[in-house]
Formats: sequence, C-alpha cells, structure tokens
Amino acid sequence: MNTTLGEPNAVAIGFFLLFVCVTLAITYWAARRTKTTAEYFTAAGNVTATQNGFALAGDFMSAASFLGIAGLVATSGFDGLIYSVGWLVGWPIITFLIAEPLRNLGKYTFTDVVAYRLRATPVRISAAFGTLTVVSFYLIAQMVGAGNLIRMMFGLSYEAAVGIVGVVMLAYVLFGGMIATTWVQIIKAVLLLGGAILLALMVLAKFHFNPLELFREARTQYGDAVLAPGKLVSSPIEAVSLGVALMFGTAGLPHILMRFYTVPDARAARTSVFYATLLIGVFYLVTFILGFGASVIVGREAIVNADKGGNMAAPLLAEVLGGTGFLGFISAVAFATILAVVAGLTLSGAAALSHDLYQHVARKGQATDGELMKVARIATTVLAVLAIALGIVFKGQNVAFMVGLAFAIAASGNFPALLLSMTFRRFTTMGAVTSMLTGTFSSLVLIVLSPTVMVDIFHAEAALFPLKNPGIVSLPLAVVAGVLVSLLRPEPAAYAGYEEVQQRMHLGAGDEPKPTPKPSAPTGHPVVQPGE
Amino acid sequence: MSPEEALEKISAQRQRVAASLTLVMVVAYFGFVLLIAFDKPLMGSLIAGGDLSIGILIGALVILLAPLLTGIYVRWANVNYDQVVERLRLHRRIER
Repeated sequence: MNTTLGEPNAVAIGFFLLFVCVTLAITYWAARRTKTTAEYFTAAGNVTATQNGFALAGDFMSAASFLGIAGLVATSGFDGLIYSVGWLVGWPIITFLIAEPLRNLGKYTFTDVVAYRLRATPVRISAAFGTLTVVSFYLIAQMVGAGNLIRMMFGLSYEAAVGIVGVVMLAYVLFGGMIATTWVQIIKAVLLLGGAILLALMVLAKFHFNPLELFREARTQYGDAVLAPGKLVSSPIEAVSLGVALMFGTAGLPHILMRFYTVPDARAARTSVFYATLLIGVFYLVTFILGFGASVIVGREAIVNADKGGNMAAPLLAEVLGGTGFLGFISAVAFATILAVVAGLTLSGAAALSHDLYQHVARKGQATDGELMKVARIATTVLAVLAIALGIVFKGQNVAFMVGLAFAIAASGNFPALLLSMTFRRFTTMGAVTSMLTGTFSSLVLIVLSPTVMVDIFHAEAALFPLKNPGIVSLPLAVVAGVLVSLLRPEPAAYAGYEEVQQRMHLGAGDEPKPTPKPSAPTGHPVVQPGE
Repeated sequence: MSPEEALEKISAQRQRVAASLTLVMVVAYFGFVLLIAFDKPLMGSLIAGGDLSIGILIGALVILLAPLLTGIYVRWANVNYDQVVERLRLHRRIER
C-alpha cells in the first residue's frame, strides 16, 4: 500500500505542537502551585480518585504496549492477547495488597513504608538502588522506543526525537512537579484511549459492530491458526516466569506506587486503582480489536514491510480508515504517550534521590523543605540529562528485554520487601536489605546469563541460564533471603514498631495533631517517622 | 469489644478478603498461561460457529475478571471496612 508514514506530516506536527502547548500552559499554571516538596512530589494529596485513576492508566499505558501489542496481534493473532492479559493482572494485586497500606504508611516513596520500623540508612540506600535500577531500565526502553517510533512516524532524526522528549519532559517535571505530571498523564490517557476506541469503532463499523465477524474475516484470510496460540508460549516454566514478573512487578514499580500519595486518603487510593484497572482493561481489549483490524484491513504484508516488528500496524490502520489526518493524530498521541511515561519515571527517580538518599541518608531527616526542593530539582535535571544520554548510547540496540527486566527487578527487588515489611512481624533491617539486594542483583545477573542477552545480543552458542525472564527464580529467592536473614538475626527494636504499623496501615496518620516526635529508641535505633 | 480487638478483627477480615481475591486472580491468570503452555489444541478449538476460539474467550474473560475482582474489593471495603475504620479513628481522636 502507499503510505505517507515517515514523511513529515503537517497534521501530526500540528497535533503534537498543540499537545505540547497545552501541557506547557498547564505546567506554567502548576508551577505557581508548586512551592513545597509535598506539592512537588505528591500534588499535596489533592488529586481526586477519578483523576488519579486516569493518571495511573496514563503512567502505565506506554506507546510500546499500544503499538507493540497491536502489532503482535496483527502479525500473529492470538499470541498478542497473552501479553495484554499479563500487563493487566498486576493491577488487582496492587488493589488488594498494596494501595491502601501504602497510602496510610508513607509520604513520597514506597521506601517510606519499608523503612517505617527499620533502620533508615541501610533500608533507604538499598531501596533507592532498586528504584533507580528499575527507573533506568524503563527509561532506556522508553527513550530508545521514542527515538525509533518518532523517526518512523514523523521522519525526524533519532537524536532529535530523543532530545525533544527529554527537554519537554524536563520542563513538565522541573517546573510543574507532580501537579503538571498528573495532568499530562490524564490528558494523554484520554487522548490514547479516545483515539484507540475511535479507531476500533471504525474497524468494527465495517463488521456490523460484531467482533466475531472480524475474527471470521481474519480466519478466512489467514486460517484457523490466527485464533489459536502460536509460538509465543513454548515452555511452561518460561511462560510462568514472565507471568510472575508481570503480575508482581506492577506492584513494585516506583512511579506507579508513588501515585497513591497524590490522593487524599486510602479510600481514594482504592477507588483510583479500580478506575485504572477498568481503563487499562478496556485499552487492552480495544488493542486486540485494532490488531485484528489491521491484519484484515491493512494486511500483514504491508505491516511487516513498514516495520519488521509490526509496530506500525495501528498507525497504518489509522491511515487507511481515517486518512493522513487521523494518522497524524495517532502519531501525535504516541509521541505524547512517551512523554507522559518518561515524566512519571523521572519524578519517581528524583524522589528516590532527594527524599530517600539526600533527606534520610545524607541529612538524617534534618534538611529543610526549601533545601530539599533544590535537591529535587537538581536530581530531576540530572535524570533528564541521563535519560537523553542513555537514549543516544543505546541507539540501534535491542532494548526490548529491558522492560521485562525492569518488571523482574520491581517484582523481586521491591515487591517482596514492601509486602514483608507490612505483614511479617519479625522482619528486620538486615532482612529487608538482603531481600532487596538479592532480588535486584539476581534479576540482573540472571538476565545477563539468559538467552535474550547471551544469545540474541552477544551471539553465544547457548545461555548459562535457560529462561528469558528470571521472575520465577529471583522473586522466591528474594522472599526466602529476606525471611531467613530476619529469623537468623533478630532485631527486637524492629518488632516493637509492628503494632504501630498495623494500626496506621488501617487508620492512617489521621488529621489529629501528630504525636510529639519520639526520641531515639533505647537500642539506638533512630526511629525516623516517614511523615516527618 | 475494645478498640484493639476491633482493629485486630477488621485487620484479619481485610487480610482474608484480600488473600482470597488475590488467589482467584493468580489462579485465573496462571491457569490461562498454563492452559496455553500445556493444551494448545484446546485453546485453539473453535466455538461460536468457528468465529471464536476457546483461548480468545478465556483471555477476554481474564481481562474482564481483573476490574470485576477489583470492583468487588472496593465495594466490600466501602461498605464494611470503612465503617469500622471510621469508628476506630473517631475513638482514637477522642482518646487523644
């Protein structure tokens, strides 16, 4: 087919500029409401449950999952559904196990919860390390994706695309903090969902709004195999391992967890995850329709000709059904999507650097709010420069595995320690540190030894570790290490805080006057209240 | 019932609800994945006059199950859990 894809598209550039102008205007407005660190990192808890639901969905729905899953469905049918399901099932887990206690126990980062009754310095250092590792890999994947996609869609050079994403994102986060970031996520979520739903309706309109007729047409063109599992899942252990990383990794992603501090209370936190789950669920069902629509209407050959990975299925579909204008709109939305995800990641990285490392480790909780704001803004700038640099360094590299790696580290390094700190009375500082480091390092080492890196990137004959995703090994390892070390070296001072954790987990800090700060515990444990 | 007992009771109740719902989600998801891994012919078998496969149907149902379970939890918490927690909060405020 003839396509204008990759040629500078006036509508795409127009829509994108409009998006940037509107979001920068919001940033200007938000900047005047961002004076304290509470406003900078959590919008001072003034985000409503509905807004946060959209923002969570906006943080999570990446361009990669939109374009990638639609492409996978278009080129191989059923198999794309396996990914869609995997990306969604972590959300109920967040609702049941994490969202409310997190909101009640912490202030800016999930580390607040882990460190609540443990010794701050070692816990904060290891948790910040886990956070920054997850954020870095996620950022690399997003930036490289941004460079490639935008080159393909707008005909812009890779470096220019990476630079634009980095600079615009820096403007949002640096000046507008969480307030601006939240609105960018909300607008992006509405645009992406709206665009995808509109496109799906245009597909279904050709099939009497009956998905079954669409599937029938796909079967006529490509045979029964299109509706059946293909090559994606071959080994059960492999499939379960990826599943573990996706399901529990979502509940350990720092930029997602941070969003629960932006709502006023636990009730709003819980309601917001419900909205997010609903929106993301709809999004994946719609993406499935888009994939089938593209394979039937655009044709697999044209899709693979445009991009071997199939990523252009949805944009091509938009062009066939809605012309160059609609292609431009979808391209602009994809660009906006990357911006929003990168902004959320950067803000959570900045929180780890300034709140966890600077405030609680370097300054022992003594830094003033003004001082912390300065550090937060420096951290944000450093991360934005790093994001651009990483994007350029990893140009042309196969980074598809990095999102899977980020999920594996989040599932093994962050999630077990977070859950154990709230549910396991005899959890200790050493236990938490061991669990977080074991989870993070075992994921890193195992992925380096996996076929994805050893065979696909370094072209070795065979890999030392047989699985592509380490989740099934690294998560249990982190749990066992955390529990064993805790039991072997008891820490009574840590048990003492358990009742308080239990109470605050349900009742929250409350609006009542805060109790006078406790002096250091007799054992010399500096009890640092995350709320102080 | 003392406030401490009430807190313990509602905490245990929440844990039971949360654990059961988590278990349902885990079983549904890994069940789906393992069915694909172990019985591809079953997942590929056609229904609805050949226009749908069992795999697509189950996959779509797992996707719908996620917001459904989340909704069930939110409803339980809004109706039962919040009431008790609110009472305990009030009690704590008076105590101080």
